[in-house]
Amino acid sequence: MIRFATGRLLGGAITIFSVYTLTFLMVIAIPGNPFQQSQHSLPAEVEQALRARYNMDNNWLYFWDFLGDAVTLDFGPSFTYNDWTCNQIIADALPVSMLIGFLAIILAVLIGVPIGVYGAVKRGSWVDSASLGVILLGISIPPFVTGSILLLLFGVTMKVLPIGGWGTVAHLPLPALTLSLPFAAYIARLMRVGMLDDLQNDFIRTAIAKGVSSHLVIWKHAFKVAFLPVLSFLGPACAQAMTGSFVVEKVFGVPGLGQHFVNAALNRDAGLVLSTVLAFSTLLVLFNIAIDLLYTKLDPRISGAAG
Amino acid sequence: MTRKCSAEPSHAVHSNWRRFRRNRMALLSLAGFVFFMLGAIFSLPTSARWYNVQATDIAVRSQPSLDPVVPLERFFDTSGANAIPSRLDQILYRMTSLFGHDDLGRSLTYRVLPGFLVSLCIGLGAALMATIVGTLWGSIAALAGGRIDAVMMRIVDVLFGLPYILMVILLKVGLTEPLTAIFGGQTKYADLIVLFVAIGGVSWLTLSRVVRGQVLSLREQPFIEAARATGAGHWHILRKHVFPNVVGPIAVYATLVIPQAIMQESFLSFLGIGVQQPIPSLGRLAADGVEAVNAFVGYWWLIVFPCTILVFTLLALNFIGDGLRDAVDPKSNAPTLV
Repeated sequence: MIRFATGRLLGGAITIFSVYTLTFLMVIAIPGNPFQQSQHSLPAEVEQALRARYNMDNNWLYFWDFLGDAVTLDFGPSFTYNDWTCNQIIADALPVSMLIGFLAIILAVLIGVPIGVYGAVKRGSWVDSASLGVILLGISIPPFVTGSILLLLFGVTMKVLPIGGWGTVAHLPLPALTLSLPFAAYIARLMRVGMLDDLQNDFIRTAIAKGVSSHLVIWKHAFKVAFLPVLSFLGPACAQAMTGSFVVEKVFGVPGLGQHFVNAALNRDAGLVLSTVLAFSTLLVLFNIAIDLLYTKLDPRISGAAG
Repeated sequence: MTRKCSAEPSHAVHSNWRRFRRNRMALLSLAGFVFFMLGAIFSLPTSARWYNVQATDIAVRSQPSLDPVVPLERFFDTSGANAIPSRLDQILYRMTSLFGHDDLGRSLTYRVLPGFLVSLCIGLGAALMATIVGTLWGSIAALAGGRIDAVMMRIVDVLFGLPYILMVILLKVGLTEPLTAIFGGQTKYADLIVLFVAIGGVSWLTLSRVVRGQVLSLREQPFIEAARATGAGHWHILRKHVFPNVVGPIAVYATLVIPQAIMQESFLSFLGIGVQQPIPSLGRLAADGVEAVNAFVGYWWLIVFPCTILVFTLLALNFIGDGLRDAVDPKSNAPTLV
């Protein structure tokens, strides 16, 4: 188990390095630079001084310096938010996004799993059609539409929840629900396909022949195997949900990390782009390893040594 | 021992269509979608003239009504040679206030109709782009095998690990200037092309994995081995034996890329970097509507009509794609339990 985990951690480090390199190449390859954003163009000396201040005189040196500092969790200054270091920005925004993302993933599982399971079990009936309809609807509604509708319904018309902002428990449900719906739809879809596959297995037929109640067959025998694809989806889903969503943050006025992904890229703020990407890919790698460890616990066919 | 693969497809297509037809929702979606598309295409010559006709004095955010709010003269140049509008134009004019007017008094009907086509073009363009890149990448990796395959698929893994919003934005920001230069300052067209190149540029990853898997399993088939044994080259095998057999799955996944691409365009429009004014797209109109409604709830039509059509378009395309996948994938004939 320990060898398995260290092996995965090493692989994860290589992945993070590749992601970092690729992002760096994209950031320096796109035309324009972060220092020429204002309406009037800066004199050459000023740009030179700015470059020196942000340690950007030489791209290659910057690449290694940033990486070296990032290993010690120092992400340097932001190029566009003056007097802010990337550490401060992430430290402010990440906990907010992680809280909402965590709630959203729990909601997504609670909504998605039953829809997928009952759709598969009642295959061909109206329950199946209804569950398929709900799944596709969840995939087809842009989050900014869902968010606005929820906001109008609960915030403006019924006045039971605040219309935006951050700070109290009442600010949590709407953003979490909006963020969860696309994930819920995807989980329901995976669950449905997994159950359909699984219900054809011999051990299911044996269980039914033995006279095990259908409730027990579905939730005890079939569910265990059919849930595995959902489990492997939860790794990337957690990383994505917990690093925030621009749309949800904009609609509900939540100070999360998602807005920084977008603004950093739009402003060509190299320091902040690299910091947010590193945060995202580190979370992604860690969640994937955690899920893989869970996998070996849940599925006896996969042993740690073989992985 | 060489298996003729040319005799198979027509039979396969026939039975696939039969299976697709049994899926009522997919068929309904296809019918509705084609109906709406024909409507949008036939009204295009008119809506291309009317989508930006403003009436800031009389029709700013005026409610939907059956009678046109904006007088006929605004839409026609009555002084010129074609002083009398054609019958078709007169009928279409009756619908100008059907969906209400936006903040510049423009008819929402004639922004939604071409907007639907613009969105569809972006979806198709991005899907085409994703299909070409994904198919080439996946099949080259599978056919080359060994270390090249490992490196190519590793790149796909790494790209999957990038936050995908960031990639779309970086591509969009990075491509705008060079492509505008290529089109000699024709920003309208350059803008559309940038959009679908950027969206297509992030949508090919899944497709390349699917194609690689298909080609890998095909590679082991006896008829490919036979072709190789008779001395056929890589390119010949790819073109004559591999592509005809992977066209089905590729087409299905490409169909599913279209709604994703339309969805992403709506997201980019929400950010303010989608299609540029005054060109309408469903995403742009929905995003504008959301902003207007957040300011004042009374303007419900600005959000209801674009969003409903956007959601129905995406829903229909997803139903069609799912139906196609079920028809092509024999697994979907699994028996039912309970």
